[in-house]
Amino acid sequence: MIDIVGKRRLWYIISLIAILPGLISLIFFGINWGIDFTGGTNWELQFDLEVPTEEVRTILNANGFEGAVVQASDDNTIILRMRELREGSPEKTAIETALNDQFGTFQELELTTVGPSVGSAVRDRAVLAVGLASIGILLYIAYAFRNTNNPILYGLCAIAALLHDAFFVLGVFSILGKVADVEVDALFVTAMLTIIGFSVHDTIVVFDRVRENLARRAAPTFEETVNYSVVQTIVRSVNTSVTVVLTLLALYLFGGESTRWFVFALLIGVLAGTYSSIFNASQLLVSWENGEIQRMFRFGRSKANARTTAA
Amino acid sequence: MRSRSNLVLVAILIITIVSVWASLPKDVLNFAGAKDEIYVHKGLDLQGGLQVVLEARPSAGQDIDREVLSGTRDTIERRISGLGVSEPVIQTQGDDKIVVELPGLEDPERAVELLQQTALLEIIDTQGQQLPEGTRVNTSLGGATVDAPSSTPEASGSPEPGASPVADASPTAAPAEATIEGPTYTTIVSGADIKDAYPTQDQFGSLVVGFELEGNAADTFFEFTSANVGRPMSIVVDKTVINTANINSAISSQGIINGLDTQQVTDLSLQLKSGALAVPLEVVQSRTVGPTLGQDSIDKSIIAGIVGLTLVALMMILYYRLPGFLSVIALLVYASITFALFKVIPVTLTLAGIAGFILSIGMAVDANILIFARLKDEIRHGRTIRTSIEAGFDHAWPSIRDSNIATMITCVILYWFGRYSGASIIQGFALTLFIGVVVSMFTAIIVTRTLLRVLLNIRPINDHWWLGVEHSEVARGTAD
Repeated sequence: MIDIVGKRRLWYIISLIAILPGLISLIFFGINWGIDFTGGTNWELQFDLEVPTEEVRTILNANGFEGAVVQASDDNTIILRMRELREGSPEKTAIETALNDQFGTFQELELTTVGPSVGSAVRDRAVLAVGLASIGILLYIAYAFRNTNNPILYGLCAIAALLHDAFFVLGVFSILGKVADVEVDALFVTAMLTIIGFSVHDTIVVFDRVRENLARRAAPTFEETVNYSVVQTIVRSVNTSVTVVLTLLALYLFGGESTRWFVFALLIGVLAGTYSSIFNASQLLVSWENGEIQRMFRFGRSKANARTTAA
Repeated sequence: MRSRSNLVLVAILIITIVSVWASLPKDVLNFAGAKDEIYVHKGLDLQGGLQVVLEARPSAGQDIDREVLSGTRDTIERRISGLGVSEPVIQTQGDDKIVVELPGLEDPERAVELLQQTALLEIIDTQGQQLPEGTRVNTSLGGATVDAPSSTPEASGSPEPGASPVADASPTAAPAEATIEGPTYTTIVSGADIKDAYPTQDQFGSLVVGFELEGNAADTFFEFTSANVGRPMSIVVDKTVINTANINSAISSQGIINGLDTQQVTDLSLQLKSGALAVPLEVVQSRTVGPTLGQDSIDKSIIAGIVGLTLVALMMILYYRLPGFLSVIALLVYASITFALFKVIPVTLTLAGIAGFILSIGMAVDANILIFARLKDEIRHGRTIRTSIEAGFDHAWPSIRDSNIATMITCVILYWFGRYSGASIIQGFALTLFIGVVVSMFTAIIVTRTLLRVLLNIRPINDHWWLGVEHSEVARGTAD
């Protein structure tokens, strides 16, 4: 049988290498919050003819909206990101008139306006939602695995895997925010919560095998039991990921522009989730049972004590 | 056992047929109009429209409680009913917000004005003055604030009030509460006394707002007008004078407001009829989507869905053979039941919701993959096909249950988050994913299992190869 669990240090290092660049970017550049969280306006207009972004910017400046981001998109579409511009306000009418005078008729594809106070409230809620989801899952796993020696440990290891995935995706989006000006919006939070759900979904399948194999005494040591369980479930984990990745790829390639980054977040999250459920979550169980984690953090236990616990 | 499987198969068939029937477009097989009420409820991002979050901005000394907020919500609902939007959603959010969604709305700017205006009508005693139209005044019901919405319906004339408002210099007053200087006029009747309001014509044939007063107010109004014949009175909406006229004779219950253009007449009568807002509102979040973006998104999503489904189907059949094929059938049953549920419940479909649905296709086969992996294990261990199938399902069940419950927990939290973030997109996603998970458990387990049981009664299929296990593998079996 392939020894996966024995090489767990290698898997941890791979995870670390994958997460580290994103973490560094998170620390130095933070997150490029979108208007859902900061407040402001996102305005998408489609013109009949191609419109130079520079001239649009001039019009905005003339109307007191300095510093707006003006992007040209497909089909003569212009995307504007600016400070709060209210629907039905005189400012909006003024800009519309000016645009109309200079470039002819246009269609308003989308206008999203978020007040600053709403934005920060949404951000608090988002953090709270991710926190609540983690606690809910921890409690459920502890309950589902109540017949094992250490139900909380299963929950904590699943949470660790979940944080691995969440931080990987968050890190990638921090880098993308810096490099490609990709914003984190309310949909991104949705993607995060879905990734969390998927990650735990995957992890539980492996844990479930561990639970079953422990009960059947399928292997002599805990480490071997876990390895046996991982090997048994690896084909299923990969197959499930492949089906989800296939549907997501279809969405990414053929779905609409407005959900592209959302689907991208799901895509990398699912890949990370599959990796962490195979190579991190269950290995962490072993690392804990063998006292490796305790030794790393010097939890006041002597090595001898840790070994006795493991045996 | 065999007859029970057949019974379940019949039940599945009936459910599937009903679901497919409900999933098909409205004009296909619409017996006796039974499908008239079954249709796809498209969200804002799919059909265009307006979503606004209004926040209550109580004036000094005013308290906002649930009752005030829900009263305001009702007022808004009455105003919206006049807009001709087919499926408006008006909800209170938290303690001081109201979310309004108007799918398919054509003129968002007008709607925002209509919703936001307090529309407090007052008829004031001008103490003999001829107040020009557009003047901002203080009345006995309260002062006009300086930075009140400038979008108050203006009568024809200069948009800027003749008597320009001057901020109250008193340091104790908060800026938003600063009232304009000038005399306070007595309010004789107010919007609360109005029984009915409607667009009508005056004696010159121009369009005006006609209104009717309630009993007590009519008496008061009659007393006032009979005592003041020949003197002026002003009609004021949201502290701005709409018009001033001399009282020709005593008026009791009916009056008109003139000097407005056609749209203002429609909007003001709607506002007066629905009553004034109990508390001033401000737009804190809004989202307008044009109608073209939506259709484009739907087309793209359909293509993505078909491609995704085909890829998953191919993979399942190539890897798992017969069970894989059955799981694809189960998947189609899944897709039709879920889609039918979306239409019947109804779940408002948004772009993110469709993504959630397509994602759940990938996740729906997960339960099957789990079961088939178990099934293969059991066969390799040398069990008969029939016992392998039962064991495969039984052993896979705990992990299917536990992993799906974890997903459901996140769905519930997502739904809650969506409710408070004012983003119905998120709620739509959470709801579609949740329904997807529940239905997938039914189809992956019951549908696939029944199909397998029934099919294995056919002799040639009762062979390991069909289940994706080569003959050479069976004897070997992993030792444990």
